[in-house]
Amino acid sequence: MLWLLFFLVTAIHAELCQPDAENAFKVRLSIRTALGDKAYVWDTNEEYLFRAMVAFSMRKVPNRETTEISHVLLCNVTRRVSFWFVVTDPSKNHTLPAVEVQSAIRMNRNRINSAFFLNDQTLEFLKIPSTLAPPTDPAVPIWIIIFGVIFCIVIVAITLLVLSGIRQRRRKNKGPSEVDDAEDKCENTITIENGIPCDPLDTKGGHINDVFVTEDERLTPL
Amino acid sequence: MAQVPGQGLLVDSCEVERPRWNSKLQYLLSCIGFAVGLGNIWRFPYLCQTHGGGAFLLPYLIALVFEGIPLFHIELAIGQRLRRGSIRVWTTISPYLGGVGLGCFTVNILVSLYYNTVLVWVLWYFLNSFQHPLPWSSCPPDLNRTGYAEECQGSSPVSYFWYRQTLNITADIQDSGTIQWRLLICSATCWAVLYLCVIRGIETTGKAIYFTALFPYLVLTIFLVRGLTLPGAVEGLIYLFTPNMQILRNPRVWLDAATQIFFSLSLAFGGHIALASYNPPRNNCKNDAVTIALVNSLTSLYASITIFSVMGFKATNDYSQCLDSNILTLINEFDFPERSIPRDDYPAVLMHLNTTQPERVAQLPLKSCCLKDFLDKSASGPGLAFILFTEAVLHMPGAPGWAVLFFGMLFSLGLSSMFGNMEGIITPLLDVGVLPKGVPKEVLTGLACLTCFLLATCFTLQSGSYWLEIFDNFAASLNLVVFAFLEVIGVVYVYGMRRLCEDIEWMTGQQPGLYWRVSWWVVSPVLLLSILLAYIILLAQRPPSYKAWSPQNGQFPSREEKFYPGWVQAVCMLLSFLPLLWVPAVALTQLLAQHRRRLKDTQPDSSMKPEEGRG
Repeated sequence: MLWLLFFLVTAIHAELCQPDAENAFKVRLSIRTALGDKAYVWDTNEEYLFRAMVAFSMRKVPNRETTEISHVLLCNVTRRVSFWFVVTDPSKNHTLPAVEVQSAIRMNRNRINSAFFLNDQTLEFLKIPSTLAPPTDPAVPIWIIIFGVIFCIVIVAITLLVLSGIRQRRRKNKGPSEVDDAEDKCENTITIENGIPCDPLDTKGGHINDVFVTEDERLTPL
Repeated sequence: MAQVPGQGLLVDSCEVERPRWNSKLQYLLSCIGFAVGLGNIWRFPYLCQTHGGGAFLLPYLIALVFEGIPLFHIELAIGQRLRRGSIRVWTTISPYLGGVGLGCFTVNILVSLYYNTVLVWVLWYFLNSFQHPLPWSSCPPDLNRTGYAEECQGSSPVSYFWYRQTLNITADIQDSGTIQWRLLICSATCWAVLYLCVIRGIETTGKAIYFTALFPYLVLTIFLVRGLTLPGAVEGLIYLFTPNMQILRNPRVWLDAATQIFFSLSLAFGGHIALASYNPPRNNCKNDAVTIALVNSLTSLYASITIFSVMGFKATNDYSQCLDSNILTLINEFDFPERSIPRDDYPAVLMHLNTTQPERVAQLPLKSCCLKDFLDKSASGPGLAFILFTEAVLHMPGAPGWAVLFFGMLFSLGLSSMFGNMEGIITPLLDVGVLPKGVPKEVLTGLACLTCFLLATCFTLQSGSYWLEIFDNFAASLNLVVFAFLEVIGVVYVYGMRRLCEDIEWMTGQQPGLYWRVSWWVVSPVLLLSILLAYIILLAQRPPSYKAWSPQNGQFPSREEKFYPGWVQAVCMLLSFLPLLWVPAVALTQLLAQHRRRLKDTQPDSSMKPEEGRG
């Protein structure tokens, strides 16, 4: 009689937890990807911890505070490591609705992840989407800070150059009025060629010799 | 003949003392900085890759020897000899050719506008590189935080950052969108930095050039060393440099080589004429021309080695990731233990599974991974810098540092080219005397920079990058070739080969040899003419089109090819032909003025017949 009961219970359990069963979720772990050399072996003790974490998550849901570890059933554990799990109610006859399990897992995802040293990508609950971390936007974007620095430097440098240019010009303007001999400077003075100033040939009543062609007609026109 | 140089010098000494270079090194660095630009980094490697690897070097070398160096020598020679900016140089050679100078000046303005916009994009990326993790490494969450942004998931974080967070691009060129304030303030900064460097002409650029011309070489070397030590770099180099001589039969390769040399040396902009005009009269411009041209080409080669090694690394990385994702899919489906399929065993395992359980394998989303496909993925222009290279940098350890170095290098490269462009604008304005004599040079440069900044705000619109492509393809391609052709013809046939050779002898100490004469007489004009014809033929073959980024398109993420609407095509034609119109316009004006003067001379008394008086 006891054997019959045992087989019945196992059979019911087997029915409750099956791949693609109702309210069952597939879990996939990538321990070696996450931890490399420090990877641990997945054995029944780790499974026990997993069932404990799921039970812990369910106990946080109102009306489900009496969930026990034995209510969490695991099946089809592969070498990948992947398996299916369901959470049954205290009577162990039917499974809890998927929506409840999903919301419980989502709320405690971080705790479950950290219990196994994994993250959302290496401990996957297929069909349970993970909540994205909120973007870490600093109050002032970094690029604005760097931009401000560069812009200020450039404006200061331009101002300095302009001011120094003005000062140089003021000094230059004061200079030539004191110096008489301006044979080197071309700007304000008359060029001397063989003792004869260039400009006065044009302006001081001289005649322009038409034999010499003007600047424009140096080249024979096409 | 000896009087000609003497007369020229006499004319000079009566005017304002022309600024001079502090040292020959400054002049050389300025010319090198002007010639070496973004094209050396992102155009030459792409051409090398798509045109048969090492085989491309042959047409490139031929174009350099017969087109690049002779034209370059002419520009430096006339700039140095006539000591004027591009407008006055041409009116001095012949009044009828004054339009060439004005046309070059116009093209220079157009190019400055859009070239600086590329610098704005580089600056934006530079500013965003100072954080870890880099903003283009992951997708941002969407508005209600339930998943990642849809557009980003459909393409890739790098493309999303470029198209959405930088450009905020619209799906069509007709849809201009709004001005992007982020790009606008970066544009203001760029123009401010440029103004800071060109504020007093060569006095300030001469100092800035020491940094902006030499820094890129330092960064290229650092990247070369880093790149060669990355896994997969050598495969990339071998694959990309392996010559494929068959491709030389395609005339497109020769055309691309010729145009690449032409634009790489920045010929016909008037910038080299302006820079050379500040030289002392007796300077060996022939050696300068050969040196600068060779340095430019060697820089292209050096940069392509660096780029290819990094691209080889990226291709290997992508290939490994592709293999890994396939392996993961198999492991997940068949519940094999983790890491049970090494990469080398993957084909064997796949074949075994295909024979034992074909139905299960068939429904798996397995990608086909071929290293050659990843190596063939190439891009030129902004696509290389802002998408491919930024993605490659993500996988290098210490990614923010590499990103900062890379974009800093691009910024210096572009800035030193902009110096040449601005000199090509400011020097003619100074020579023509746009502002009265008393106004300081700082005001002129400030007004020039401010005007260009205001005009360039149109590129900060959401459709700005489409317009930039238009400017790049039409404003500075056809007309520059025409101007270069007119340059050669004008100098060799109008100014006179004999006079040119004697001037060069006076400046450098020896007459130009047979190679120079033959190139100037025949080879260069013929080459330029054939480039022109090829361009026109290619343009006429199919209507111009552009690739639009439209998330709504079915083919997303590949870009949708659209044809330009009618009014945009009209703008393209305007950009191509308006600068050219200066040439006949000025020639006609001169002709009329000449005609009128001759009439006035033949009629010494003041009575002019009305019908002959009108031109």
